[in-house]
Amino acid sequence: MGRKLKFSLVVVVASLALVAAAGAALKSNKATTTLVFGASADPVILDGPLVSDGESLRPISIIFQGLVSLKPGTTTIVPQLATSWSTSKNGLNWTFNLRQGVKFTDGTPFNAAAVCFNFNRWWNFPGPLQNPSVTYYWNTVFGGFHHPATGSPGPDKALYKGCKTAGQNTAIIQLTRKSGGFLGSLALSVFGMASPTALVKYKADAGTVTPDGVFQPTGTFGTQHPVGTGPYMFKSWKIGDKLVLVKNPTYWGNASSPSWSRSGKVDQLIFVPIPDNAARLQALETGEIQGYDNVAPQDIPTVRGNSGLKLVNRPPFNVAYVGINQSKPPMNNILVREAVAYGLDRAGVVNAFYGGRGQQTNQFLPPQLFGYAKTGVPSYPYDPDKAKALLQQAGLTLPVKVDFWFPTNVSRPYMPDPASNFQAFQASLEKSGFKVTPHSEPWRPNYLGDVQSGNAQLFLLGWTGDWGDPSDFLNVHFGSETPQFGFNNPALFALLKAADAQTDLDKRTALYQQASVAVMKFLPVIPYVHSTPALAFKSNVNGFIASPVGLDPFWLVSFGK
Amino acid sequence: MLRFIVRRLLLLVPILIGLSILIFFWIHALPGGPAQALLGERATPEAVAQIRHDLGLDKPIYEQYWAYVRTTAEGNLGVSISSRRPVTTEIRERFPATVELTIAAMIFALSLGIPLGFYAAKRHGSAFDHASLVGSLIGISIPIFFLAIILKYIFAVRLGWLPSIGRQSVLINAEHPTGFYVLDGIVTGNWNAAWDAVQHLILPAIALGSIPLAIIARITRASALDVQNEDYVRTARAKGMSPGIVDRRHVMRNALLPVVTIIGLQFGLLLGGAVLTETVFAIPGMGSWLAQAIFNRDYPVIQGGVLFLAIVFVMVNLIVDLSYGFLNPRIRVS
Repeated sequence: MGRKLKFSLVVVVASLALVAAAGAALKSNKATTTLVFGASADPVILDGPLVSDGESLRPISIIFQGLVSLKPGTTTIVPQLATSWSTSKNGLNWTFNLRQGVKFTDGTPFNAAAVCFNFNRWWNFPGPLQNPSVTYYWNTVFGGFHHPATGSPGPDKALYKGCKTAGQNTAIIQLTRKSGGFLGSLALSVFGMASPTALVKYKADAGTVTPDGVFQPTGTFGTQHPVGTGPYMFKSWKIGDKLVLVKNPTYWGNASSPSWSRSGKVDQLIFVPIPDNAARLQALETGEIQGYDNVAPQDIPTVRGNSGLKLVNRPPFNVAYVGINQSKPPMNNILVREAVAYGLDRAGVVNAFYGGRGQQTNQFLPPQLFGYAKTGVPSYPYDPDKAKALLQQAGLTLPVKVDFWFPTNVSRPYMPDPASNFQAFQASLEKSGFKVTPHSEPWRPNYLGDVQSGNAQLFLLGWTGDWGDPSDFLNVHFGSETPQFGFNNPALFALLKAADAQTDLDKRTALYQQASVAVMKFLPVIPYVHSTPALAFKSNVNGFIASPVGLDPFWLVSFGK
Repeated sequence: MLRFIVRRLLLLVPILIGLSILIFFWIHALPGGPAQALLGERATPEAVAQIRHDLGLDKPIYEQYWAYVRTTAEGNLGVSISSRRPVTTEIRERFPATVELTIAAMIFALSLGIPLGFYAAKRHGSAFDHASLVGSLIGISIPIFFLAIILKYIFAVRLGWLPSIGRQSVLINAEHPTGFYVLDGIVTGNWNAAWDAVQHLILPAIALGSIPLAIIARITRASALDVQNEDYVRTARAKGMSPGIVDRRHVMRNALLPVVTIIGLQFGLLLGGAVLTETVFAIPGMGSWLAQAIFNRDYPVIQGGVLFLAIVFVMVNLIVDLSYGFLNPRIRVS
């Protein structure tokens, strides 16, 4: 045997020995009080108002707490740092009675002054932080800034007016107009309360704008010193490697508190960025992580087939729909839109392409949300003959040509396989008196831009709600005239505006139910499915309750056998 | 020698200028922009316009290019639109991961490729030679990501011998003064951390090193076949020199010259291949970072990252050129 071959064999044997030793070492690395969770990316920054992505909001919702929160697994608003609240008769002043004895993890007290400090920080964000890519949710919910930069909305468009303290434990938020959605939006983890002392000490808003216009934070609040009141506190963060949170030793809640404010069970939470779907699944199988979010549809059978793993369903809080642009005739004719509705085999698509994880819908709002109409919603079952009759009633010659857009190179939670959905809809529409011209475009870079600019006549799209309020679904889409849908319906606009302004929950619910029915009569969209996203865990992970809006209570997690 | 090095370094300037123009206009010619990537379904036309304005993307393209050249000349590669961190900071943190992986892959490829190629040449026409040829073809043909997934499935998922993600187990607390995790473990005396980092490198290095392994084995074989039939080798044997000394002093040393060239080229290819390997193994290196940046239209990252890699590539090839003189004194640079 030649020396070189001997050398090669030595290398191979050494490698095998290495592998065996490595395996033994890996198996010894177990800790029962640490939950390692696979994220799809690093957080951008751990400062709520400056982010809008789910990977940032997950740890932020654990470190920081808002005045109100949501009951785990629901969109029901519950008290958090505020124990109760009331509105003035004109609906413009919201008085929050604050929980006493709460401290931030830097030891400073949480009180009314801290609430106003946070609100006024957001209201007075400097120009670079006013960009919607940075402060998306403040822009969306509160609409304007105290000192607007060029192109930013100002006080004239803002919902927020000011904040006053009434003693140590009462804060009054003043609004410029009535808003029923205001309270629900405060449950968004971006509006969690941060320690004013830490915000100042670690220069949360300091930064520079580069010549190419990107804001670069120079303070360390959001990267090394995020300080809130939550059940876990920041320990360390190495980007690309891991984010470590540990139990807050001075947390105000305890093991018998309501589930939304209970103290943490495991000692530490570690979030590891693993961008690749398949890599997350394999890391779960090996035990390197104990859970991850957004299980790819194709991986669900693998998880189900592994007795060491389990799926946790996230309550559906999204909608996929066929959008209709009424500025493109003949879609301005309600008879034609009804024909489209009857011509779409929605049940067939949901049954064929959602693997049992889709719930066919008759309206735009998901059923978990108040405002979901239980009665009075017109039904449009698949009926090609009726669709043809409606087209003829509209005075059109069959087949009626339609330009139908769908995205490629994308899988959304509400639409895992857009091309299959499109093909099925194309077939059913062509049986219903239409001649479909397919129009595909890659999701990135510009499918959405083209649809929103009004270039598409019919199009596949969807939406995932951010917070438990119907305005985030209905007002966002149908509250004003947009090129995307190309209609002007003053009655619908007024109804949605009134519903948004209503602060009485029962009245608000009734108005949104009315609006939900009105939308389905007017048919700017044909919604067809609410899908159920899934998380995967090791089978010994207990207590996780998935939130419809991603406000997941990691503090309830424990390990069983 | 010095003049050669200076001339090669000066050549870098036009290369980098040309490259910067190509990259800049290529990425700006792509439709869409960072706003859609940042906001998804919520990227309303108003929000897109505001973001484009704030990033200066609504300015004339030549103005944007000039701003980019000006800041780059000052050594400032900008700030990532997605992470809001300076590109230079990201490079400093991520480059060691890619280099460590690349070196590990190259060690794997060289330590197996050279002996295999050499032995195949010695046993020219034998079953071993034919088997190594087939093995090399498979090594070159198999896609990196496929091999990576298969390796992970066997050694991490099924056997549980090796980790499947990252650079170090999350439960290990280690200092990282250099960013090279194996080296960090050694210099800080944390042997557990160093060993853990080695374990994390094994599967990615095999996946990434498979193609260079096959190429190096083939080149070594072909080169050794040529050299062992040279007159000076025959003369050495005729003088009664032992076969081992002939192989080491005459055959191996001369046969390695083309291999060294290949190493330089492979290093660049490995940096490219690291995109897939880093993604599959969740290694926070340059490759996965740049791939994500292209997806997100993160212009400063793409521009800065590619420019940096280009410099590295040129420098590696310069080092390879210089190493010729060491391996073969007959080759001198002037």
